[in-house]
Amino acid sequence: MVVFLQGCKLKCVYCHNPDTIDTHGGEDMDIETLVQKAIRMKSYFGETGGVTVSGGEPLLQATNLIAFFKRLKEENIHTTIDTNGRILNHPVTELLDDYTDLIMLDIKHMTEEGFKKITGQKNKETAFLMAKHREATGKKMWLRYVLIPEITSHPELLHQLGAYFKDFTTIEQLEIQPYHKLGVHKWEALGWEYPLKNARENTEAELQSAKAILSNYFQKVKIN
Amino acid sequence: MILEEMVSVATNNNDFKKGVWNTSINVRDFILQNILPYHGNDHFLVGPSPKTVALWNVCKKFTQEERERNGVHSVDTETISGIANFKAGYIDRENEVIVGLQTDALLKRAMKPFGGYKVVQKALEEHGFQPSDEINTLFSKYVKTHNDGVFDVYNSEIKKLRNLGFLTGLPDNYARGRIIGDYRRVALYGIDRLIEAKKQDLASIKGPMTDAVIRLREEVAEQIKALKDMIVMGNHYNLELNRPAENAQEAVQWTYMAYLAAVKEQDGAAMSLGNVASFLDIYIERDLQNGFISEEEAQEFIDQFVMKLRMVRHLRMAAYDEIFAGDPTWVTEAIGGMLHDGRTKVTKTAFRFLHTLYNLGPSPEPNITVLWSPYLPTNFKKYCSKVAIETSSIQFENDALMRTTRGSDDYGIACCVSYQELGKQIQFFGARTNLAKTLLLAINGGRCEITGTKIVDGIEPIQGVLDYEKVMANFAIAMKKVAQVYNDAMNIIHYMHDKYYYEKAQMALIDTNPDINIAYGIAGLSIVADSLSAIKYAKVTPIFNEEGLTVDFKIEGNFPTYGNDDDRVDLIAKDAVKAFNDELKKLAVYKNATPTMSVLTITSNVVYGKKTGATPDGRAYGVPFAPGANPMHGRDTNGAIASLNSVSKIDYRDSLDGISNTFSIVPKSLGATKEEQIDNLVGTLTGYFDHGAQHLNVNVFDKETLLDAMEHPENHPQLTIRVSGYAVNFIRLTKEQQMEVISRSFHESL
Repeated sequence: MVVFLQGCKLKCVYCHNPDTIDTHGGEDMDIETLVQKAIRMKSYFGETGGVTVSGGEPLLQATNLIAFFKRLKEENIHTTIDTNGRILNHPVTELLDDYTDLIMLDIKHMTEEGFKKITGQKNKETAFLMAKHREATGKKMWLRYVLIPEITSHPELLHQLGAYFKDFTTIEQLEIQPYHKLGVHKWEALGWEYPLKNARENTEAELQSAKAILSNYFQKVKIN
Repeated sequence: MILEEMVSVATNNNDFKKGVWNTSINVRDFILQNILPYHGNDHFLVGPSPKTVALWNVCKKFTQEERERNGVHSVDTETISGIANFKAGYIDRENEVIVGLQTDALLKRAMKPFGGYKVVQKALEEHGFQPSDEINTLFSKYVKTHNDGVFDVYNSEIKKLRNLGFLTGLPDNYARGRIIGDYRRVALYGIDRLIEAKKQDLASIKGPMTDAVIRLREEVAEQIKALKDMIVMGNHYNLELNRPAENAQEAVQWTYMAYLAAVKEQDGAAMSLGNVASFLDIYIERDLQNGFISEEEAQEFIDQFVMKLRMVRHLRMAAYDEIFAGDPTWVTEAIGGMLHDGRTKVTKTAFRFLHTLYNLGPSPEPNITVLWSPYLPTNFKKYCSKVAIETSSIQFENDALMRTTRGSDDYGIACCVSYQELGKQIQFFGARTNLAKTLLLAINGGRCEITGTKIVDGIEPIQGVLDYEKVMANFAIAMKKVAQVYNDAMNIIHYMHDKYYYEKAQMALIDTNPDINIAYGIAGLSIVADSLSAIKYAKVTPIFNEEGLTVDFKIEGNFPTYGNDDDRVDLIAKDAVKAFNDELKKLAVYKNATPTMSVLTITSNVVYGKKTGATPDGRAYGVPFAPGANPMHGRDTNGAIASLNSVSKIDYRDSLDGISNTFSIVPKSLGATKEEQIDNLVGTLTGYFDHGAQHLNVNVFDKETLLDAMEHPENHPQLTIRVSGYAVNFIRLTKEQQMEVISRSFHESL
């Protein structure tokens, strides 16, 4: 079960949920209602399933998520946060350390310049700091990397990504997210201009060669 | 080679572990004593043998010709079908390791006129054939059929409900089917021993000679004749069916011959096979361990057995296709499940059966049904999930639920969804009633909404905005009446079927005094639930024509719809099932059968829709219903799991004949990789059945595939889809049925 939280401080050029960027949008949901919903789905989760909170950027609502995840853990439901890793304050560390079974951490770009270009913000280091924090707690995480031809796909960038994380023991897998244009209509619906108009989707060969490079560094690489 | 054959033939059955099966007819005990459950993976499986490939090529050629000839390859118009009435027929004798055809040639259909001669005439005529003069004279002048008997006795009330579409698909002009012979008995015991047992039974049925006693004595006498005929049928193929099978090949062959006897004699809508895989595995495993056969040969037996089952045909008229589309035969084989003692019934042969969908390609028949339990071996669950994703040819039923609710761990699935204990229980099939149309009686003063014909007394017409309580009160009166007429029809039908078209071959392979379920059914559940929800939660005003009959409904406001895991409406559906079932349970039944009910439509959801006016949920006149217990197309908008959860709320105890749900999901939404898809489908099945649901048809494909198959059928000769409790070859559906399938909900998220 995936819960999308509203609001994000980044505005990534390829965002496929741009409707969740605005921190004032969305619909208020009662925590217990969501918990009950999750319980109705519990027997479908199998060994690997559970509740995933995505967004937007979920950590903007860390305090509420603590209450939500606390309840889910009481019900023995697996919890996952899909995050860009921008925030690492006290409620966030409590949420991650005590109540979050898995984080899926988005690595946008390996260079400051590239990070700025994609997100419109400075400081690529925040996601690395979160990864280090997670590593120190010994709890599992997955990395996610959006592969955009010409923008993030350069072999040198992939080698940098691999080299940086290769010794992390808590990273179970790296997921390559092939860039796609499915979100374009949402940008149009919001009346925004889509910034990546000229970008193209990856060929199968490009995806496979990126996978081959990253497989040198990570125990499991998956193409989503 | 010759030496080996001699060794294998010389094997007797003394090495099987003994038990009560040695002293009484008890196949279950034989399985219990000798089964070897398998927990491994699918890596042992092998491809088709050269013989199988050659044979299957002939079958493919014939089925292609059959399509070109408008659905019928050929018909024998001289012979009345029966157990031993045709001489031997072969596909390609050199390559056949399992022999036997219904007639003397592949895909040649046979006349079985005892259910009703008119439908045979009609079917022949529609395909440009004529019965021989002799047969025509016999059945026009001298022989009385089941159909003749039923219509002698039907009253005007029954005819009215039948003609107006309140009752549809009743087996009153064709064979009722659904009875599953325990075909394994022929292999395990040989026919001589079975005759001996039946003779003992006959001798023990003593007077006073009441109707029931006389009838039973006559039935058992018929069964003994059928068994003798089976020996003759075997002789045509040089098979000694009088003695037990002594090796794997014979066990498969004997079991098939027993089934063949049934489909030579009867053409019931559904002629299930039962649950033979774990039984056959015992023989196969023994021959493998003794080195008599290889895995290639083991798979060859199963491939060729399954090929034969795929070639079963009955002679049908075009009108039949409206309710049972795609020329189905429901050779339903249940696979997997658990024994009461905690062991699984999954064997290597369960895998071999599923593997035929690769060796021979996807196919609707046999209707492979996986009996699901959380305790099934993980490897098997994953393999079933993979097969479902890759072929859309199998269905799943909740073994844990049925075994604990119904009591036996040795059962088959009759037709689509119905539990039937093997060799100990039968059922009387009774199609279904149109519950949505019954609801309209409640709003139309007890009159048919299309013709105005009075059906039920004591219902006042309703004016203005519909009041929920008032409609419910009227609905209860309407259900009571329809249930009573339905029950009358069923009693007549089964009385006459026993009298004029008794299933002597199948009944010969069942205990002499079996339990009987009478299997009623309903259609239009989601329409009823959504209509009542609209009346309860929105403001619904009927629009009447000059005759005071509803032609449309004005709906103001929103209302919850069935299929979104919302108790406000889901419990209305649950209660409607219970209410109608409770009415049926009050009525006396022929042969003291136990009333059961299904929520199942086959493909009749289309024809039911045609016969039903506009409904208060906003559905227009003529629009097809959702199949079975499915939510209405496009109204289950909260994802697949919410939709499944809604259906799982229908209580199996109120619908013991089965609750059919057909589920279509696009591959991507199950996961990015095949591995994820397999795991997620396992998770979905586990969750759904954990919620107490009974049945799930699984389709995994994109709508585009179906659209392409409509445009280019030649590229999709074996494209198989699950419809409602069975599967069909998509390109054999009519355009209208194809469009209806395409309009169904394809879940794009879990």
